Amino acid sequence: MIAQSFNYESPATLAEAIALLNEHGDEAKVLSGGHSLIPMMKLRFATPSYLIDINRIPGLSEIVEDVDGTIHIGALVRESQLEHSELLGRHFPIFKDVTKLIADPQVRNMGTLGGNLAHGDAANDHPAVMIALRASVIITGADGERSVPIDDFFYGFYMTAIQQGEILTEIRLPVPPKGTGNAYHKLERKVGDYATSGVAVQITLDESGVVTAAGIGLTNVNPVPLRAVRSEEALIGKPLSDETIELAARFASEDCSPSTDLRGSEEYKRHVTGVLVKRMIKKAAERAQS
Amino acid sequence: MTRKISVTVNGTKHELEVEPRLLLVHMIREVLNMTGTHIGCDTSSCGACTILLDGKSIKSCTVLAVQADGHSLTTIEGLAPEGGPLHPLQDGFKENHGLHCGFCTPGMIMRCVELLEHNNNPTEEEIRWGISGNLCRCTGYNNIVKAVQWAGAKMRGEETPSTEPEFV
Repeated sequence: MIAQSFNYESPATLAEAIALLNEHGDEAKVLSGGHSLIPMMKLRFATPSYLIDINRIPGLSEIVEDVDGTIHIGALVRESQLEHSELLGRHFPIFKDVTKLIADPQVRNMGTLGGNLAHGDAANDHPAVMIALRASVIITGADGERSVPIDDFFYGFYMTAIQQGEILTEIRLPVPPKGTGNAYHKLERKVGDYATSGVAVQITLDESGVVTAAGIGLTNVNPVPLRAVRSEEALIGKPLSDETIELAARFASEDCSPSTDLRGSEEYKRHVTGVLVKRMIKKAAERAQS
Repeated sequence: MTRKISVTVNGTKHELEVEPRLLLVHMIREVLNMTGTHIGCDTSSCGACTILLDGKSIKSCTVLAVQADGHSLTTIEGLAPEGGPLHPLQDGFKENHGLHCGFCTPGMIMRCVELLEHNNNPTEEEIRWGISGNLCRCTGYNNIVKAVQWAGAKMRGEETPSTEPEFV
């Protein structure tokens, strides 16, 4: 399969890339890892006239922690970098959980976190993780950068807060306090498949075992990536118990909105979501206590 | 509209003029006439087109040739000098019957070059996860796993495991 003809630009700076995006408007697409965009172009679902390759822009491939306790992940950080980052591993074992379940090793050598989010697909795995970790997305345009909380980032199917002439440049994660654990799992039919359902959880427990913070994100069981708000509320302020976990799971399976497709019926996906919520809360709590 | 690119393939630098939509795998097979890299599914599922881009295994059906501008590629042809000794993985696949029809083999081997570079003593599980992006439609995975373990032993300088078939 061959994509429709297009012009290719590989700007050396962010300013140049933004200028090109402004010049070409909705005829232009940003190329990051390319493992969502290029397949769509080969199928001619996407037919941009201009492809703006941001891979030659320096400074977008680092993972750093600043003095304020925020982790900055450049938009071009590859899945394989997330998988092996010692810094991320220390605070967020969830990245090892999730990257292992995204596509396969070769795709992870190309695919980027920024691209995974900017694609705006509720079937992708990182959106739910970002919801659980309460990430902010940095979007840069001609007037500078702005920070968008992850809850305001996903607008709809393939639609995000990124406007014409803007590029997603960074993801920021608050380093969680002591006593925090996080975990992700998805049910997939085979390696590289989209999730039948996926659940990301981060919880913080105080010394007496009371949940002081909780983040729960759901993959591919809603038109947009979903925060399971009632599930989070069911946990916060109480000691973790079988009853609160059961309630959180029930709320998640009630509040999501999956559609019946070749991966399973709506009922099945609601059930799986509940099961995964329970398992991931327990796994995150185990990690919080170790 | 074509674009000039400069790519190093198996140590040889090529200056090419390509259309931006030319896929890397088509550049390798049809422009450079190196047909060791195969096209299987053409949808980044099967891994037959796996090559190394700056030492990292990637699926060349889902990368544009223009993206490789200024970078270095290794294909199956670049693993061993012509007429010289085989790469341990090539030897391993040969000794362990790691191929049936052979279609997936170049991709399997190129993927495992990177795998063994990170860990030259992988467990069976690590190998199976490591080749999870490569499909063998002859389903010859057992011998592929053995071939990779055999190559690992050879690279570690240890005695290679017996290649006698096991009857169970």
